Amino acid sequence: MTARERIAGNVAGYVDDRTGAAKWMKKNLTKVFPDHWSFLLGEICLYSFIILLLSGTFLTFWFDPSMREVVYDGSYEPLKGLEMSAAYASTLDISFEVRGGLLMRQIHHWAALIFMVGIVVHLLRVYFTGAFRKPREFNWIIGVGLLTLGIVEGFLGYSLPDDLLSGTGIRIAEAIIQALPLVGSYLAFFAFDGAFPGTAFIPRIYTVHVLLLPGIFLALITVHLMLVWYQKHTQFPGPGRTEKNVVGYPLMPVYMAKAGGFFFIVFGVTAFLGAVASINPIWLYGPYTPGQISAGSQPDWYMGWLDGLVRMAPPLETHAFGHTISWNILIPGLILPGIMFTGLALYPFIESWATGDKREHHLLDRPRNTPNRTAIGVMALTFTLVSLINGGNDIIATTFHLTINQMMWFSRIAIIVLPPIAFVITKRLCLSLQRADRDLVLHGRETGRLVRMPSGEFVEVHEPISPEKAWLLTSHEQLAPLELPEHDASGVRRAGSIKNKIRNRVSRAAAVAVPKATETERRELEGHH
Amino acid sequence: MKRLSRLRRHRAAGPILLIFALFTIGTTFQVASAVNNETTSVADRAVTIEEGKQIFLKGCSSCHGLNAEGGQIAPSLIGVGAASVDFQVATGRMPMADMSVQAMRKDPVYNAEEVHALATYVASLAPGPQVPGEELLNYERDGSVAEGGELFRTNCAMCHNFAGQGGALTQGKYAPTLMGVEPRHIYEAMITGPQSMPVFSDKTITPEEKLSIIKWIKSAESEPQLGGAALGRVGPVTEGLLVWTLGIGLLIGVAVWLAMKAR
Amino acid sequence: MSNEIELIKDPGLPAHVHRSTDTDPKAAARAERQVAILFGLSAIGTLTLIYSYIFIKDDVFVFIPILGQTHLQQLGIGMGMAIALFCIGAGLIHWAKTLMPDEEVIAQRHEFRSEDADRSEFIKTVKEGASAAGLGRRPLIKSTLGAALGLSALSPILLLRDLGPLPKDDLSKTSWKAGTRLVTDPGDRPLRPEDLEVGAVAQTLPEIAPGEHRLLSDIGKDAVLLIRLRPEEFNLDAERLSWTHEGIIAFSKICSHMGCAVALYEQQTKHLLCPCHQSTFDVTRAAKVIFGPAARPLPQLAITVDAEGYLVAQAPFNEPVGPSFWERSS
Repeated sequence: MTARERIAGNVAGYVDDRTGAAKWMKKNLTKVFPDHWSFLLGEICLYSFIILLLSGTFLTFWFDPSMREVVYDGSYEPLKGLEMSAAYASTLDISFEVRGGLLMRQIHHWAALIFMVGIVVHLLRVYFTGAFRKPREFNWIIGVGLLTLGIVEGFLGYSLPDDLLSGTGIRIAEAIIQALPLVGSYLAFFAFDGAFPGTAFIPRIYTVHVLLLPGIFLALITVHLMLVWYQKHTQFPGPGRTEKNVVGYPLMPVYMAKAGGFFFIVFGVTAFLGAVASINPIWLYGPYTPGQISAGSQPDWYMGWLDGLVRMAPPLETHAFGHTISWNILIPGLILPGIMFTGLALYPFIESWATGDKREHHLLDRPRNTPNRTAIGVMALTFTLVSLINGGNDIIATTFHLTINQMMWFSRIAIIVLPPIAFVITKRLCLSLQRADRDLVLHGRETGRLVRMPSGEFVEVHEPISPEKAWLLTSHEQLAPLELPEHDASGVRRAGSIKNKIRNRVSRAAAVAVPKATETERRELEGHH
Repeated sequence: MKRLSRLRRHRAAGPILLIFALFTIGTTFQVASAVNNETTSVADRAVTIEEGKQIFLKGCSSCHGLNAEGGQIAPSLIGVGAASVDFQVATGRMPMADMSVQAMRKDPVYNAEEVHALATYVASLAPGPQVPGEELLNYERDGSVAEGGELFRTNCAMCHNFAGQGGALTQGKYAPTLMGVEPRHIYEAMITGPQSMPVFSDKTITPEEKLSIIKWIKSAESEPQLGGAALGRVGPVTEGLLVWTLGIGLLIGVAVWLAMKAR
Repeated sequence: MSNEIELIKDPGLPAHVHRSTDTDPKAAARAERQVAILFGLSAIGTLTLIYSYIFIKDDVFVFIPILGQTHLQQLGIGMGMAIALFCIGAGLIHWAKTLMPDEEVIAQRHEFRSEDADRSEFIKTVKEGASAAGLGRRPLIKSTLGAALGLSALSPILLLRDLGPLPKDDLSKTSWKAGTRLVTDPGDRPLRPEDLEVGAVAQTLPEIAPGEHRLLSDIGKDAVLLIRLRPEEFNLDAERLSWTHEGIIAFSKICSHMGCAVALYEQQTKHLLCPCHQSTFDVTRAAKVIFGPAARPLPQLAITVDAEGYLVAQAPFNEPVGPSFWERSS
């Protein structure tokens, strides 16, 4: 035993003497984590959250969240002598008077973008592999909550410097609040302490941005991680991997080193972006005043789809009985996002209702083996992508010599036409991939070698695939569609039978599959040869 | 008379007379030479106008009409002034390469002298805005960069973007980038309102204010990269693009390496 | 599934393959060196950071390909930090991959559902607990508790009431009154009609008393765009035409959709475009919406000239400016 091992042992003993944690720690330090690159996507989010806390704290030391008017007297010549809010002036000071301040601002902003990208990519991984299924529905909902809060938190951060771009963003947010039927103008006046922009909004959202939301984040992330820990991570199917086990590396030391190392990697990459790529150059935007605007006023990408939806909305307003309802704001700004996020949150329940599958799942699905789910996902993704593209239509138009009018009409049509097409294509693609898997198992891999048979016929030599591969391609379950009674014994429709009929139909759609290859079939084929 | 004779005998009489005489001669000579200059410049001008007219007839009249009265596809140039011609031709926008929605900035077809001749010819048809002289364009001396920024954001940024990078207009038209544009041409564009651009009169934006705007544009143009690669200075779109490519790409790359079994 | 069909069997976890570092001490030593080099690089990164922070002056710029003329201090601190952190991470991961045990471990999972006995016990406890509280048997308590809880939820909402004033008619009012002069923004100079040529625009605000301070909240409602056309280019009814003056027409600059500044005027087409959501308004037809999501024209300000010949408002706006709201009647 080396001296170092002895010290480690003493520390462990010291902790156990005071907490009695030996049993728990022993179990958890050897906890097994399956290794796959896509399981690190969630870690990207966690680590960029930590980077956000650290860099954000740094920024608060100098940031003055006040809309009090000051005259700028810093070192950035093109703004000298202009009137601006203290929030904007102090952000300029962080950028130009504090060494490394601009770097920290850029790290903070890049980390926020990476945080949101990480959440989305992580969500896609969880969705397409079916990791949200029982028993992980709670964690899915927490994840959707984190995504939603992340969008809000990011928007507030974008708004704090009180530059021309952020002020324009707040203006639009105010218009959405103001458009709410009945309570809109009241809520707007309460939020802004009077008419927009007032002098209260920045200090208020500052508290929300640095205290309330990070607190909620911390709580939700903790629960999210505890559930992952407690429920153990899902794993991809493969030889030796079952619903009853988890194959991977123990937390101590391998996973600790890898995960810890990955934290530094994420921080390093964020610092790299902060060092070499400018983000949110607020000194160029100028201080906010409602009479000014810049071409290409866009939100950050995670709000871009929302802006794209608002841009393509039809010009509809209802004026009746002395009141106004702005459908052109409410539909794209609140109703559609509301439907999208509710649907997202409820998806695990919708799917288990449709398939009738109420069992626990710890082995992930290969996306091709669940064509319906994969197709729905691609459909939703197409919808969001079209909106996102429309959110940057002016930049795209000038870059590629198109017109914004063409872009807008393309988006208006594509948002309706493309998602269903994407659904159909994806579903067919999944089925043909299943067919390819089946052929591979039954006939083996094409070697490209041609052999002449005694009969004179040429055949390509097929090489059988390994038992591991064959298992991987056939280990998934193929569920039979539900057959719920649509009529009672006497042939009469009952209450609830319509519900059953719908469920039957949906589950039939979900169960469409190419039958997977079996050992029996393989043997039959061998017999023929 | 006594008084006059007394003055005559005054000590200072001689020098004063001398100065007076010199002054008179000088002024007379100056006026005479100026008159002389004017006659030559009038003659020169006539020649320049004629030159300009020839260039016009060859290069411009097929669209703008033989007497610049305009045609089906091109506006009348009567009264547009020399500034307008100088802007359009010296930035290469005119003559147009093809009948697209908007004339683009490109290498000019005519050299400075030819542009001058054309401008003089068009200006001779009817009065219009003059080409601003060098002395008028001393923006470094007469402009204020901060004030220019404020004016720019109120009057220009909505089309040309917050950093003068240009932006989209309707139906494929666009506000061009202001980077690398001659101060004279920026000034001319403001007073003449070429193509989609409106006119900014001297009363709404004074000449000094125009110089401030130019000074701000020039300062934005020469501003070094304070925070790293500028990403086109078009706002969050390119930032989003970078994070979805380089940012997440690097991280996923490392994640793949991390999860790969060592051999 | 019928019994005759036999599925393909799980061959089980493949045998562990040793890494070169497991079998070859030289490879292990090499891996160790690589890890050490990465940590060493990290230290160099931190030193770069320290050096840049202390010794590089704020006004030093160097040309870097792709980046351009770059601020050296910021680049030095940033790249130093990036290298320092990245190399620690890479070192740790490389260490874990090559030198820590890489034999895969199998842990067993257990269904989360408890044993039936425990489960029924638990359910029983919950049921008993609920019935011991006796909510079902005491409807009075149940209903009053519900009411009290519901009512108490109102208090946080009520306590937030003083966040701001009631809107009253504030959204419908601007500072424009009959006779208010239009002055340039920025500059605050009054304008005469002859100051604008045909094709000219001017960004204006209502005149304020000297020394008075303009509030952003006022600019947010008062900003007006003046545009001069040839009078014959208008396509307006008699009333709207009387709101113009010698071809000069005035619109609220605050978009009727979401309140951005609509100031993007195309002189040739006479269209106004909002850069936020690309609503397009036709100036000749009183800012009628011809494209995009806006549902209403921009409010037009009636203008004329005063005794001294300066442009003034004939009357206040006859409708609220800016985005719609519930109380808006048209």
